[in-house]
Amino acid sequence: MNKQKAIFNYALRLGDNSLVLGHRLAELCSKGPILEEDLALTNMALDHIGRAQAFLGYAAQVEGKNKTADDLAYKRAERSFYNNLIMELPDKDFAATIARQLLVSSFEYFLYTELMKSKDETIAAISAKAVKEVRYHLAHSSDWTCRLGEGTAVSHEKMQNALNDLWMFTGELFEMNDADAILIKEGIAIDLNSIKQQWLEHVNGVILEATLTLPSSDFMQTGSRKGIHTEYLGHILSEMQYLQRAYPTAQW
Amino acid sequence: MVTKKFTREDIFKLLSFIPDPEIPVVSIKEMGMLRDVILSDEGCEVIITPTYTGCPAMGMIEDDIKRTLSENGVPSVKVKLVYAPAWTTDWMSLEAKDKMRKYGIAPPMSSACTKLTAYGKHEFIKCPHCNSTNTELISMFGSTACKALYKCEHCKEPFEYFKCH
Ligand SMILES: [Zn+2]
Repeated sequence: MNKQKAIFNYALRLGDNSLVLGHRLAELCSKGPILEEDLALTNMALDHIGRAQAFLGYAAQVEGKNKTADDLAYKRAERSFYNNLIMELPDKDFAATIARQLLVSSFEYFLYTELMKSKDETIAAISAKAVKEVRYHLAHSSDWTCRLGEGTAVSHEKMQNALNDLWMFTGELFEMNDADAILIKEGIAIDLNSIKQQWLEHVNGVILEATLTLPSSDFMQTGSRKGIHTEYLGHILSEMQYLQRAYPTAQW
Repeated sequence: MVTKKFTREDIFKLLSFIPDPEIPVVSIKEMGMLRDVILSDEGCEVIITPTYTGCPAMGMIEDDIKRTLSENGVPSVKVKLVYAPAWTTDWMSLEAKDKMRKYGIAPPMSSACTKLTAYGKHEFIKCPHCNSTNTELISMFGSTACKALYKCEHCKEPFEYFKCH
């Protein structure tokens, strides 16, 4: 793998994570527990889709095959998507949404804070923008984790179950491959091990404040770095890509 | 060709009338989204930066820029979207913040808010209707990605606050 291919792979992964999570959050439009939450979730969906557009646009540019961000979003099959599995899991209930938001937005916060120093100007610039938005997402999910954890016995149990269910998908957030190895040397990517401790401390802090317990299971799911996904991604793509598949040259 | 007819200042002046589609009392220039104008033999390139990555108004702003300039006879207009340096609410002019307040939106405080702040524990946001600081956060996310929802305990009116970025 050369440097160009590595940047393509890396930008694609960042873009896919934003795109798939953005899609999941957008699905909650009109399904929020209260109106303000409906607005919050769809606002966060918009932030993610905007970020996906920026990263996928950059990936397309680096690839140099005259493609656009839309081509990459709408014309790839599951096995060519590199988003982490946690992004594609369905929202079983509001606690599951909040647990995923807590685990992912704290990861994104530390990731993009470090990537602001990337020697790749575009990655650094998009990251600088992302970090401003993620700050609000993290405050939102931390607050809700506490509200549900300290709420009723039912909300406490649901929140704890949601964290337990998602825990095995967190190891994958920190996995690296050849692309990372090449780009870390160039000062473009970051060593994900370097933010793991901060992430764990932050997540644990919120969980403790919420009177919940940090899940302790060690088993971790894997696959997305190789394009291997859960059965849910195919369903997401069949909906997301429907229009472009049915009407291949359709434009907004 | 272009450079003979229009100066960079002329172009800026033409563009300074384009309103922000979401807050029409403020222009894109006052918002700090209009970053640069580059004139060359090939034409005119306008550099803009988004307030938020997912800002749905960017497409509309691009169209407005192209239309305004072509209506005024500026040929070969290109609009380029840049992400660096990242837009900050500090680029909003004082006039813009004042117009925003009169429009009913509390303008952003200074963007020193780079740390992780606890939800709801924010600086005092002044009510744009009665200037009271006795206000309370309803939701960090409002009708658009850039605004939060507040209510005023003094005049009992709800209002939107343009979040600092
Ligand atoms: Zn008031």
